[in-house]
Parts: sequence; C-alpha cells; structure tokens
Amino acid sequence: MIAIGMEGSANKLGIGIMLHPKDGSPPQVLANIRHTYVSPPGEGFLPKDTARHHRAWVVKLVKQALKEARVSVDDVDCICFTQGPGMGAPLQSVVVAARMLSLLWGKELVGVNHCVGHIEMGRLITGATNPVVLYVSGGNTQVIAYSSQRYRIFGETLDMAVGNCLDRFARTLHISNDPAPGYNIEQLAKQGKQLVDLPYVVKGMDCSFSGILAAIDGLAREWGLGGEEKAKEDEKNIQKSVIAANEGLESTPTRADLCFSLQETVFSMLVEITERAMAHVGSKQVLIVGGVGSNERLQEMMGIMARDRGGSVYATDERFCIDNGIMIAQAGMLAYGTGYRTPLEKSTCTQRFRTDEVFVKWRN
Amino acid sequence: MEDYKPPDLPSPFNNTTPPPTLLTQGAEAHLYKTTSLNPSNPAALKIRPSKPYRHPILDRRLTRQRILQEARCLAKLVREGVSVPALLALDWEGHGGEEGGWGGAWLMMEWIEGDVVRVVLEKWEAWMKNNQASLDESQIEREEAQVRGLLKKMGAAIGALHKAGVVHGDLTTSNLMLRPFAGADGAGAESVSTEGDVVLIDFGLASQSAQDEDRAVDLYVLERAIGSTHPRSEPLFDELLLGYRESYKGAPSALKRLEDVRMRGRKRSMLG
Repeated sequence: MIAIGMEGSANKLGIGIMLHPKDGSPPQVLANIRHTYVSPPGEGFLPKDTARHHRAWVVKLVKQALKEARVSVDDVDCICFTQGPGMGAPLQSVVVAARMLSLLWGKELVGVNHCVGHIEMGRLITGATNPVVLYVSGGNTQVIAYSSQRYRIFGETLDMAVGNCLDRFARTLHISNDPAPGYNIEQLAKQGKQLVDLPYVVKGMDCSFSGILAAIDGLAREWGLGGEEKAKEDEKNIQKSVIAANEGLESTPTRADLCFSLQETVFSMLVEITERAMAHVGSKQVLIVGGVGSNERLQEMMGIMARDRGGSVYATDERFCIDNGIMIAQAGMLAYGTGYRTPLEKSTCTQRFRTDEVFVKWRN
Repeated sequence: MEDYKPPDLPSPFNNTTPPPTLLTQGAEAHLYKTTSLNPSNPAALKIRPSKPYRHPILDRRLTRQRILQEARCLAKLVREGVSVPALLALDWEGHGGEEGGWGGAWLMMEWIEGDVVRVVLEKWEAWMKNNQASLDESQIEREEAQVRGLLKKMGAAIGALHKAGVVHGDLTTSNLMLRPFAGADGAGAESVSTEGDVVLIDFGLASQSAQDEDRAVDLYVLERAIGSTHPRSEPLFDELLLGYRESYKGAPSALKRLEDVRMRGRKRSMLG
C-alpha cells in the first residue's frame, strides 16, 4: 500500500510518500520533502502569505516527491491530507490541492488529525510502544497518553503554545527565522550563562506561557536588548561576548542569557508536566514530537528526568519532528487500513480539531 | 529499569532503623514509610530530591518554595479541621549524598491508612466488569449508589478544603485517600467498600487562595483526571459537584466559574 501525505497546517509545506508492504514488514519512507515559508526577522508568518506560498509550491513538490520515490500515480492507493488543527488559509490551500489530485487521479482521500500524525510517526520511527507523548510545536503544547482508542490529553497549555512563545521572543530580539526561530534561539542560548528569574506557571498538568513571554519581553526592553540594531551588534560581538562570559565579567544579562533563561524555564515546566503525567499513568516511556521536540536541550532534560525514573526518552530529528508529509501519510494509512475514508463532500478542514476527537481504530 | 536506584536519603534518614521503605515515586517527590519518635508510630516521609534536569538555581528556588508552601497549607488545614495528614517535621535544605551537599527537601507527616481513591475506583470498575452479568438491576443500582456516595464525599472534602481558603492545585484520584473507619474489616466484603473518610493528600502544588478562579481550576483538573483515568465513573462527576455545592457558602459561585473554565481549553470543537 502506498500513500501520499500532504501537510500544510503552518508555514511548512510537506509532501511525503510512505509504503506499507503487503507482507507486514516495517513501513518504508519513499520520499519526504518539505519547503518552508520563511518570514523576515522580527515578523511572524501571516496566514495569507503562507497560503500563497503553499499554493505556489504544492504541485512542484508533489511531482518531485513522486520522482524521488520512483512510483507512478497508478501505484498510489490513497491521498492523505491534514484536516486540522492549524492555520485556516494554509490548511485550505493544501486541502484544495488534495481534492484536485483525488479527482484527477481517481484516488480516495483520507483526512488526518495533525497531532495524531505526529504521534504515529514518532511511534514508528522510535519504536516506542505505549509512551506518554509530549507534543510541542509552534501551535500545540500537549501531554498525551493513549487509553481505550483515544489519544487523551492529560495536560496542555492554557494559552499560547511553547513554540509560539519562543518564536515571538525571537521576534523581539530580531533573531532570524531561517531555518527556524526556535533553532536560532537554541544556538544563542548555548552562550548564555546567567539565569534570569522568570515566572514559572504550572497548574496541575497544565501550563501557561503568555505571562513568561510578557515578562521576558519586558526585561529585554528594560535592558535595551530588543530590536534590529542589537541583532546586528550581536553578530559582530559573538566572539567578544563568549570571552566576556568565560571571564565572568558580565553584570547585566545579555541576549544570550535571556534565551538561555527562557529555555531553561519553559523546558523545566514541560519536563515537569510530562513527569507528572508519567507518574499518573505509570508509564516509563516518553516520546517527544513536534518542532520544539528537535531542541537538544529539551531532549537532554527529558532524558535526565526519564533516567531518574528508570525509563527512557524517545526523540527524533528534524526530518520527522518538524511538520512533514510522511507523518500524515503514516497516520492516514493506518486509518485507511481499518477502512476509514473521507468522502469528497466531507473533505473539509478546520482550525480546531482536538487530538482526543479521533477514534483510534488501529490500536487496541 | 535494572540499574535504577532512588536518590540517597537526606540525613538523618540515611541511618534510621528500620530504614524508610519507598512506597511510591511521584512526579516531584518520593514517598517513604518511616517512623516518628518511636518505632511503633508510623509516619509518611515525603522527600523532594533535587531535580538534576533543572538549572540548580531554579531547582532550589522551586523546591524550597514548594515544600514551605505545602507545609504552610497543611498546618493551616489541620488548624481548620479539614481531613489532611498532620505535619510533623520538615527541612527545606536537606543534606544528603556523600559530600553532604544539597539533597533536596523533606517533610514528615502523619500516616494515613487506606487506599487512594484511584485504586478504590479501579477495584470497583474491575469488580463491576467481572460481576455485572450476575447482578440484577437493583444490585447494580446499589453498587452505583455506593460509588455516587463516595464521589459526594470527595466533593464535600474538597469543599471543606476550599472553605478553609486553600486550593490543592493538583487534584487527581491519586491525591484523595479513603481511610476506612477504625475497626472496619474490609476483607471478605461482597464488593469493593467505599466506607470511610476521604482524606486529601499531596499538597505539593497547593496554595492559599479564596478566589473562584482557583477553586474552579481545582475542580476542572479533577474532572479531567477522572475522565482520563476512570471512563466508567466519569458520568458520576456531577455527584461530586453536588457534594461540593452543599459543602460551603461560596460553592455555587465557584461552580459557576467552572463553566467558564471548561470552555477555555484550546482548540475546542466549534460545534455546539
């Protein structure tokens, strides 16, 4: 069985092709390509521009994916697409493309929940059997565990997603959005030494980030660390600040210190709620998925926590963590295998689509 | 799993006889059973080991803050007559390990007999599953009435807590205990007994507050925890709210706020 997965719920357009061999051997990735819409420093991606980007690239990417996978259209069994959650306009443009291909090639459609796609791909790649899942990205922050045919949400953010918090602070500091703001924060944070006091907001298994963002934005303003000029200075001074940090000369925090403190604080919160969920359901495995999941500091912290509990952490790299097409193909094919189809007239998309709304027929 | 070893105990617990026995490893703390003052007096010892994944400054700040907060809440609740374990001793800067360095904080409490409500409900759910076929309608009704009674007691206990001006911060069925009445013999009973006092435990995330918002969040956290761990008992949550509503004067307005809190989760379906 071969499926094409089409993902475009945020600024990444991903097309993936997966093969589920008939003899039951492990699924194979035939093609996994992605094109990212990158906005200038200091700005986020707007739905309108992102949708335009997806429309411009989708045909090209599908063609390229088929070529890379060395399959013809006839080999394809179904077309899987992201039904939500995500940004309305980018979702729309990808759904239109999926419908078009479905009609053109006479293939059936399978609508996929974006979060379930992440979970299934993570499970496939890492081989984790029944983990507690931390799904952290620019649009979602959830702690999920499987129980009786649903991926149940044990904890989640009460306001903004953790990735959004990091991205928006990157905007304040005018850090580049290429390849991703979170990645550049991570690199800058490696030079940070000083921990700045920030709010720490955990309510049971839920957490909140908007107050932290407001606090650290305020600190950046107070110390004059935001804005374009500082970002340029930063590039020149990297050498100098490393020396200064090593000699312990600094008294007021640097931009790197703020990134460091922000990461330490929000990741501690995430590890804490994950640990609480693990204790609650009695699981020893953690799977980290989503774009923020490719942050190595988060993986390291989670690893220490899991080790102290006698468990282990499963994480993947950016090919599978960050939004991609194969995860949609993978989750779609699992559903397709149980007989699930999305008829054309129901092939809509929605910005709000909770992880626990999906009936997980393929697991027991 | 093989090479897992819990962290060293802080002094003086590293040389008490008999040594404390580890009961559970929660998310934040390890719970031990030990004795207080004399060997026949059991006590619960809660240790918050330092968390190596956290930055040391953040770790110390959070650990100290939380153990003191927990102690203050417990002390207050005992004074107000809410059924919680009594506080016996604590140290927020325990010394442990070979170098005698920072070993986390600890808190010693009164020992509570019985099971946590999660276990009681699980036992009941398993029992119902096994025996449902052989029960007639009135027996099923009696069983459900029994569990409804338990949920109502839980509601009343949470109401008493809120009335005293404390919110729990992490209400789950693992943080509520059912202490059997003294002298009651649980063994040999036909089904799972729900007799006893509901005792609230684990005030690790508790804080002092009398705001409807905090109270409502408390209830919401519990509602979600019950939904995700006890699918069968979920429809009975209303019973808990009923017990809560009757427990103190401010309850109706907290329940009203609960409606708002429920609407707040992210990416709720827009239908209905």
